[in-house]
Amino acid sequence: MNRKLLSAPFVFWSALFILVPLGMVFYYGLTDRTGAFTLGNIAAIATPEHSKALWEALKLSIASTVICLLLAYPLAMILCNMSTSRESFIVLIFVLPMWMNFLLRTLAWQTLLEKTGVINSILQALHLPSLNIINTPAAIILGMVYNFLPFMVLPIYNVLVKIDPNVINAARDLGANSLQTFVKITLPLSIPGVISGITMVFVPALTTFVISKILGGSKILLIGNVIEQEFTQTGNWHLGSGLSIVLMLFIIFNMVISAVTDRDMETGK
Amino acid sequence: MKNTLVNLVHISKSFDGQLILDDLNLYIRENEFLTLLGPSGCGKTTTLRILGGFEKPDKGQVIFQGQDITNVPPNKRNLNTVFQKYALFSHMDVAENIAFGLKIKNKTKSYIDDKIKYALKLVNLDGYEHRSPDSLSGGQQQRIAIARAIVNEPKLLLLDEPLGALDLKLRQDMQYELIRLKNELGITFIYVTHDQEEALTMSDTIVVMNQGYIQQIGSPERIYNEPENAFVADFIGDSNILGATMIRDHLVEILGYRFSCVDEGFGEHKPVDVVIRPEDVELVEPSLGTLQGKVTHLIFKGVHYEMEVTAGGFEWLVHSTKMYEVGSQVGIRVDPFNIQIMNKPASEDEEAVGVNE
Repeated sequence: MNRKLLSAPFVFWSALFILVPLGMVFYYGLTDRTGAFTLGNIAAIATPEHSKALWEALKLSIASTVICLLLAYPLAMILCNMSTSRESFIVLIFVLPMWMNFLLRTLAWQTLLEKTGVINSILQALHLPSLNIINTPAAIILGMVYNFLPFMVLPIYNVLVKIDPNVINAARDLGANSLQTFVKITLPLSIPGVISGITMVFVPALTTFVISKILGGSKILLIGNVIEQEFTQTGNWHLGSGLSIVLMLFIIFNMVISAVTDRDMETGK
Repeated sequence: MKNTLVNLVHISKSFDGQLILDDLNLYIRENEFLTLLGPSGCGKTTTLRILGGFEKPDKGQVIFQGQDITNVPPNKRNLNTVFQKYALFSHMDVAENIAFGLKIKNKTKSYIDDKIKYALKLVNLDGYEHRSPDSLSGGQQQRIAIARAIVNEPKLLLLDEPLGALDLKLRQDMQYELIRLKNELGITFIYVTHDQEEALTMSDTIVVMNQGYIQQIGSPERIYNEPENAFVADFIGDSNILGATMIRDHLVEILGYRFSCVDEGFGEHKPVDVVIRPEDVELVEPSLGTLQGKVTHLIFKGVHYEMEVTAGGFEWLVHSTKMYEVGSQVGIRVDPFNIQIMNKPASEDEEAVGVNE
């Protein structure tokens, strides 16, 4: 009884800020302006303009997830092999940017990358060719990797530190060299961390509209930007909600797949 | 005598400036069951890890079958290790765990399958091929870890407190199992433990270690009956350790009372340490004893009674099948051959001398 009472604020919170908005998204997404039921808002994803935005978002978020993974895995391994004091220092350095506002960090990159920005001023002073990546997909990927890298490092690091060093020693003892040990032992044991890292980077990267807006100018429209515009500029909440539902289903589909792979990995099948 | 399989020569190792092993010398014969015994931090596990190749000694050499393997990585050594907490690969089933070393060596599938069957039979776990290690009990996991090591037919098997996490009954069963395995396989075992009973039960040779030094090397009987110093006597079994004076050969003065003994060659009027096992202290009528005292504690232990007797200003620990009530006056008598005389350490350094037998 007491326990139920303790959970009351949480239940209230979830209802008010998760369930109700979700219900509203579904309501708007499945009706038209007259309030009649329609699947038109959802089907709208098939229009060339919207499917291109989804495809664009998918490409950039997959690219940045892959880059994050390639950067994060070696880094997490290096962290694991460090002495405790140095390790916590490096982890701190990694988490430090996360204490700053996400928007500020992205705006900082805009200032850095601009045609007349900090980086180009330095390059110019050194008589080097200027760097023109602002308002290109490359800048968006850079922004995504920069912002989401810690979310890849931490879960992988958490799995790796939990591997008993003697398990690694056992593999070596049984004749495996360093590479064989990594491929057959370390990598498979770290898959759960890799999967949660991928989810934690891929989902926000896929849905972002801030990074693409700030670093991509108005030239590159991702699905996140399309949805944002429907709400803030066009004022068509019905279409915005419909596209949101599509994106949501898309993410749920991805998470189910990764959860299934994860479970299969753990049972070793 | 059998050939020497491994030779540790002048091994020293320190971690973070702390000396763990200091000039350790030890040889292990072929087909021997050798136990490294000592309290935690005595350097026994470090010695094992140096043998396995997981640590490099700061100084000294590891000679294996006549070859210097000090700098050879673990995967190139013809020996296998059974780790403390089993260290099984949780993402593989039992058969895959056992096959790991053989697959690395590119053995044929039929050879591997035969070996898995053979190894599982040997550790009494036939039919467990496709179980996940996590679904097994501690004892079963331990057997799999042993099976995984022995299928590779190592010359030497290193065991790092393999029974530490098991409960008492299972531990005793596994002790017999290990002795049987060793005899069936005919390979050399080096076993690390802090459990003196385990060491006495299983070993051909026990190496008692403390603070990075070897205190004594010998058969279980020798270590128990003739400890070379107070540390060994205290660590192995219960004992009464007393300071005493060797009056001359065959006569020692303990607590001011003279006892005849069988030791000689300690010199005259020399301070020594004396160890008397509790089961060797005889309680008799006060008039018949060498010294007299009073029973202060009495506990029934099943096989025997454990009593504490205050006599001559010392608390004697006594194990006897005859019971004396608390408060009763008793005499203490000790047979000459039950008094073990040990040299007193002249200094801290000498207490921890690295002696090879």
